[in-house]
Amino acid sequence: MTEGNGTVTNGAPNQKSMTIIVTKGTLDWAYPPFILATTAAAMGVNTTMFFTFYGLPLLLKKLDLKISPLGNPAMKMPMMGMHMAMPNWVATIPGVDSGATGMMKDMIKKKGVASIDELRDMALEAEVKMIACQMTMDLFEYKKEDMIEGMTLGGAATYLEQALKSDVNLFV
Amino acid sequence: MADKTLDAKGLNCPLPILRTKKMLNEVPAGGTLEVLATDPGSVADMASFCRTTGNELMESTKDGDVFRFLIKHTA
Repeated sequence: MTEGNGTVTNGAPNQKSMTIIVTKGTLDWAYPPFILATTAAAMGVNTTMFFTFYGLPLLLKKLDLKISPLGNPAMKMPMMGMHMAMPNWVATIPGVDSGATGMMKDMIKKKGVASIDELRDMALEAEVKMIACQMTMDLFEYKKEDMIEGMTLGGAATYLEQALKSDVNLFV
Repeated sequence: MADKTLDAKGLNCPLPILRTKKMLNEVPAGGTLEVLATDPGSVADMASFCRTTGNELMESTKDGDVFRFLIKHTA
């Protein structure tokens, strides 16, 4: 259970627990933490997610996730029966990011992959605890009322208290 | 016949597992849930899910492109 003041308490004494530090907020990098958190919760694991730096916008009420092929040579999209990476000079052209984002969202839909909105809803439903980094809120000037209900605010000590008694701690 | 059937065909990781967990809650203890999926990853995942949660994976079979799992709600 997460209490209003940001302190984290444990569930049943024998229950396994996991924490994930979420530092990236692009459409692609939002997947690993939410997939692992929802699945862990489904497997009976007491799960906590700590959103910091560029991961923090994943707690905004309205998600607007994008990807960029710029500086990402590993991003090879299936096209015309092969896999194509985009040269950096092409990726800098205006509109390329939104085009690539649109393509990715189409692929996600077509392949039966859940949207981040869906996974986040399922995580909340499964009582995954979501902690927003207070320092990042201040740094990037986010307001609590812009963030989803059900998240709490906390800092490094709040995270570490939970991490120290968890079985699995991940940094994404 | 299973007590309930979940059609998870066309869904990708982790949705078959998440839906399975959700539907297991609707199956009485000792009852069975049949899951149909097309995600090849669900074969290993369903076994791991059952081992970890203490539910019994009674059958894991394949018919064409469809994987069929029979789970006994024991946890």
